Amino acid sequence: MADIVLDKVSKRYPDGTVAVQDVDLEIADGEFVILVGPSGCGKSTTLNMIAGLEDISSGELRIAGERVNDKAPRDRDIAMVFQSYALYPNMTVRENMAFPLRLAKVDKETIDSKVEEAAKVLELTPLLDRKPANLSGGQRQRVAMGRAIVRQPKAFLMDEPLSNLDAKLRVQMRTVVSRLQKQLGTTTVYVTHDQTEAMTLGDRVVIMRGGAVQQVGPPQELYDHPRNLFVAGFIGSPSMNFLHAAVEDGKLRTALGDVPIGERLRRQLDGADAPRELILGIRPEHFEDAGLVDDDTRRRGMEFEAPVEIVESMGSDKYVYFTVEGERASAAELEELAADAGAADFTGTGASLVTRLSAESPVREGENRRVWFNLEKIHLFDPSTGRNLTLHEGRASGALAD
Amino acid sequence: MSINATPAGAEVTAEAERPGGRHAAVPAQRAGRRARTPLSENKRAERRLGWLLCAPAALVMVLVTAYPIIYSVWLSLQRFDLRFPDQREFIGLENYATVLTNQFWWTAFGVTALITVVTVAIELVLGMALALLMHRTLVGRGIVRTAALIPYGIVTVVAAFSWRYAWTPGTGYLANLFDGSAPLTERASSLAIIMLAEIWKTTPFMALLLMAGLALVPEDLLKAASTDGATAWQRFTKVMLPVMKPAILVALLFRTLDAFRVFDNIFVLTAGGNETSSVSMLAYNNLIRGLNLGIGSTMSVLIFLTVAIIAFVFVKLFGTAAPGSDDGERR
Repeated sequence: MADIVLDKVSKRYPDGTVAVQDVDLEIADGEFVILVGPSGCGKSTTLNMIAGLEDISSGELRIAGERVNDKAPRDRDIAMVFQSYALYPNMTVRENMAFPLRLAKVDKETIDSKVEEAAKVLELTPLLDRKPANLSGGQRQRVAMGRAIVRQPKAFLMDEPLSNLDAKLRVQMRTVVSRLQKQLGTTTVYVTHDQTEAMTLGDRVVIMRGGAVQQVGPPQELYDHPRNLFVAGFIGSPSMNFLHAAVEDGKLRTALGDVPIGERLRRQLDGADAPRELILGIRPEHFEDAGLVDDDTRRRGMEFEAPVEIVESMGSDKYVYFTVEGERASAAELEELAADAGAADFTGTGASLVTRLSAESPVREGENRRVWFNLEKIHLFDPSTGRNLTLHEGRASGALAD
Repeated sequence: MSINATPAGAEVTAEAERPGGRHAAVPAQRAGRRARTPLSENKRAERRLGWLLCAPAALVMVLVTAYPIIYSVWLSLQRFDLRFPDQREFIGLENYATVLTNQFWWTAFGVTALITVVTVAIELVLGMALALLMHRTLVGRGIVRTAALIPYGIVTVVAAFSWRYAWTPGTGYLANLFDGSAPLTERASSLAIIMLAEIWKTTPFMALLLMAGLALVPEDLLKAASTDGATAWQRFTKVMLPVMKPAILVALLFRTLDAFRVFDNIFVLTAGGNETSSVSMLAYNNLIRGLNLGIGSTMSVLIFLTVAIIAFVFVKLFGTAAPGSDDGERR
């Protein structure tokens, strides 16, 4: 068990492309850290550099205080789980799990007992003498996990270990991974492109984009206080609504009406080089059916009326899609996020607004509905830099803060 | 999928899960054998189409191979020497007795076996090294591959002549290197040169086949082995080789069959002198030069049988040695 420190770690390829740029990260002993981001953001490369499967171009990597830049993977005492599971097809489950121990020249009885123990934890005991080809995807995944845990390494590195499982099994295995990590208390670095996995699993989440770290923090903090447009758009499902907002007469002109702004924000926007156009971000759950809001709450927000496009009842609450007019918010980050979601012309449009209303709301498709939204939960972003302007000392403070 | 205690059980389950397989009960008379569900209508039609598509090729094969084989078997059962055509007569297996008790045959057989074993073994090692090199080469991959394949591209007879000239005392550069000795006039050195020529020529072919096998080894598997603590050598022996095994066996089979029929190198280099004849050489001498169709055909049939046995042994090996399980990846 050990801590892992990345000190300005970069990866440059001979052709000049930079895959990972100056990543600084301190992973505490026993911590579960998630690297998340769209494909090509450098998360897997970072993991491979920690594993020693790729050379570090510059910077320093320390495991348990020791510089390991030039150490071979086998000397780093780490175990890795791959998306493809990478089970040895010629070996049985037992042999697969025993392989790292056999290489480490552990005596046979110890190997047997450790493999049996790991098999019991992962419920693989009846499968020990099968070959990987005769296992289901979920079973293979567990064998891969088993092979990692038998060795009691300093750290686990997991490269999208659940991505090849079907949705139901993935949710199930998520809790298995989580429980296992807590039981063993081994430092774990976990790579995924799935923000739900990132939110649910990690102690801390590292969001990456284009080889650079965007924000590091506990899942809730990233959700509540995103540092920039990219983080705000990446975390959360359904994702945050983004609207175009123009600064006029100390107000924000948006498709939802004129949004008042607080003293602090006004000062910020008074500067000569301050942006005149902003992007307003608001999460679906910060809307509510205006009829269900009490007076006390009503004062903290404002209301608008819009035609209801679609109602999706989830039982516990309703996802209601509204059609709103107005310019669509545009920024490089948003386009990238949309491309990653595979819907370049869907998420970024100003046409649709996703809200999450109480299940009691009698909202129906096709009608016009009055909706309240919480001004304290609004985020404002500078479209050119993506920076969150509502963030004050690391906390998001809404539009009205003084 | 429900969990079964035995792999055999798993197979039954998997079978039942296949579409169309669920409705069919296993007929009682087949229960003793491996439990298999009868084919559905679709499957049968597909199979019929498969046979139809194979038919033209199969027909050509029958015409160009089956007929000559049967004809030479027929010839081998006769006393048939073109120098004495009057004495042509059906004599059953007498030719076989003659050949199999003849010391020339067994000498040639020994020479052939020696050449086969030695050349294939060395080709495997060198071919593997070459394949790894070609697989790993990042710069000038095309040039490296082309260069490695040149010996295989040269006509064997031409290559054999160049070897012969190189070893000819007085004019050959290799012979001069060894003080003008004449290695092709002695048995041991002749055999060594024949094997050298064979290896030089066919190692690239071996390397090519093995490289196809190398491509089958997933990169992740090697990465996993690295993090599991394997050294480069352990990754090679414990991960690469087992996964490549089918490709290696195919390469070995091809080369063994080829090597056992070695002819052109010997024909050019020694013409079978100093007891360096291979079985093919001997068959040629009897059949074409001796005009003894009976004995020559007998030898050809014996070579054919030996090759068939080698192939059979190899194919049986495949059956037990495919990685993972007999039916490969099933998801």
